Amino acid sequence: MVTLKEVFNQRKQEKIKTKQRNAKKNYKNKTLDVPKGLYEQCPNCNSTVNMKEILQNHFKCKYCNEHFRVRAIDRLDMTLDKNTFVEKGLGFITLNPLFQDGYDEKIKQYQTKTNLDEAYVYGYGEIEGHPAVIGVMDSYFLMGSMGSVVGEKVAKSFEYAIYKKLPIIIFTASGGARMQEGIFSLMQMAKTSSLVAKHSNEGLLYISVLTHPTTGGVTASFASLGDITLAEPNALIGFAGPRVIKQTINQELPEGFQTSEFLRDKGFVDKVVDRQVLRHTLGRLLRFHRGHL
Amino acid sequence: MDVLQKLKKLEDLNNKVNELDDDTLIQKLKTEIEEYKQTSLTQLTAWDRVLLARHKERPHALEFIEYMTSDFLELKGDRLYKDDASIIGGIGNINGEIVTIIALQKGYDTDDNIKRNFAMPHPEGYRKAKRLMDQAEKFNRPIITLIDTPGAYPGLGAEERGQGEAIAQNLRAMSEYTVPIISVVIGEGGSGGALALGVANKILMLENAVYSILSPEGYASILWKDAKRAKEAAEVMKLTSFDLKELKIIDMIIQEPIGGAHFDKHRTLINTKEAILTTLSDLKVYSKNKLKTNRHQKYRNIGFFQRFNYDNLGGIKR
Repeated sequence: MVTLKEVFNQRKQEKIKTKQRNAKKNYKNKTLDVPKGLYEQCPNCNSTVNMKEILQNHFKCKYCNEHFRVRAIDRLDMTLDKNTFVEKGLGFITLNPLFQDGYDEKIKQYQTKTNLDEAYVYGYGEIEGHPAVIGVMDSYFLMGSMGSVVGEKVAKSFEYAIYKKLPIIIFTASGGARMQEGIFSLMQMAKTSSLVAKHSNEGLLYISVLTHPTTGGVTASFASLGDITLAEPNALIGFAGPRVIKQTINQELPEGFQTSEFLRDKGFVDKVVDRQVLRHTLGRLLRFHRGHL
Repeated sequence: MDVLQKLKKLEDLNNKVNELDDDTLIQKLKTEIEEYKQTSLTQLTAWDRVLLARHKERPHALEFIEYMTSDFLELKGDRLYKDDASIIGGIGNINGEIVTIIALQKGYDTDDNIKRNFAMPHPEGYRKAKRLMDQAEKFNRPIITLIDTPGAYPGLGAEERGQGEAIAQNLRAMSEYTVPIISVVIGEGGSGGALALGVANKILMLENAVYSILSPEGYASILWKDAKRAKEAAEVMKLTSFDLKELKIIDMIIQEPIGGAHFDKHRTLINTKEAILTTLSDLKVYSKNKLKTNRHQKYRNIGFFQRFNYDNLGGIKR
């Protein structure tokens, strides 16, 4: 007779195997399924850029240095040392607390499209030999919005960093709180912020890297609370979206409003860092704080 | 027929009573009014409650403060930029207990509303709140926040001065205080703008108040691309006090008189004060550390998901 425990274990193993298979597939297909076609049009300068060049150039336009949106897996790939990433916090299942029509299907659709469970990935990694917990939001997954699972995973990543006494680096890319999960999404803001405080109380370093786009509930919680806040050039960063502001004040927004450079000049970002040197900058910062690991 | 039309009808009936002379007829009409109240005003939809929460005559924060405290002293300014009139902060005495009160205040008329910016704070408002709450922490005073706002103000100046950062700092600070914090949602609780004053040990809510991630109009326009479906949105958003109590987001519902808080303001104020006092005495039992960890735990546990734990197997190497 098979005990319940055995069945449970078997199922666990099966799930892990499929996960591993998926992860491998994901890794191999990386260069194939991001770029559809050989050429991409740059949204900033409208020039046509060869996809190969984009990949070699850290997902930037070679003419105007526009930073394209990057998927979580590519971000990990270009930030971390080779073969150091260990993903944590797997097995979360997104539910539909408000019984919103079509939400379950939408999630499933994005899961197959992006090969991710949810809009946030975290785990252990090393940058230029320095260990850290690294979290990445994926804006291709429902605009990287923060629902219950994303909030929980962000919280878990901080808890993991506290447990391992490691610094944490989070790349944010999000449209804000996830509307479909209503009040639960809103409360994730309080949850993540309180964990930033807990992590900070342990004397550990938190670097927040703002990438395009970071708005809404994510800006108003953990993204703004880093000990050091970096940003990628020309990224949209703000609390309210440009459309909402335009509606409220009933006039055109000034040029360059809510970009990273704007925020830097207003004093909310420490440094705007080009993607080419981002890895090195993070490595340097981790080295400076080595005594606090 | 939504609740505003019902209230209008009730008003008409009341006017009729005043016009009549015949005692028996008056008596008859009065019982009719009572019956009408009982049958039609006790069964409210979520949209009705949204309308009631936004009602012009609904008591605003200042009325609550005036009734609850015997000598309230308002303190102004964030020491960084300017004073934001949409948030009122100060120290008061509730039945012998000295507390810090932070409240979002809506205006009574157009001029007042412009001054108060329709209770939509700028970053300086949140920074003022944080400054006053830091003081409460220093002098070991309980904090009471009264929430009534459509949301944080989306404008040029607000973005320039870091609306997101101001809210985030408040969320972080409020999770760290060691004094009791009680939040009361007295009207609208809209999005991060409300949450920035709502990280509390206990969240109380007036019966007809609403608390949501954004306005039903915004929800409908984002998800269904049609702001006119706000009524429908209100029904699915679970924003009423009863829904939120069921989801264990809030801790207590404060009863309102039939027909909304403005029908019998005095009753509403009495109920609110009573609820705050009992909650306050409940929280006084706990030690400082316990208050902090309780609050932390309360928010740590909020979330709606399932999990199958792979972590103990060491993760997956990519």
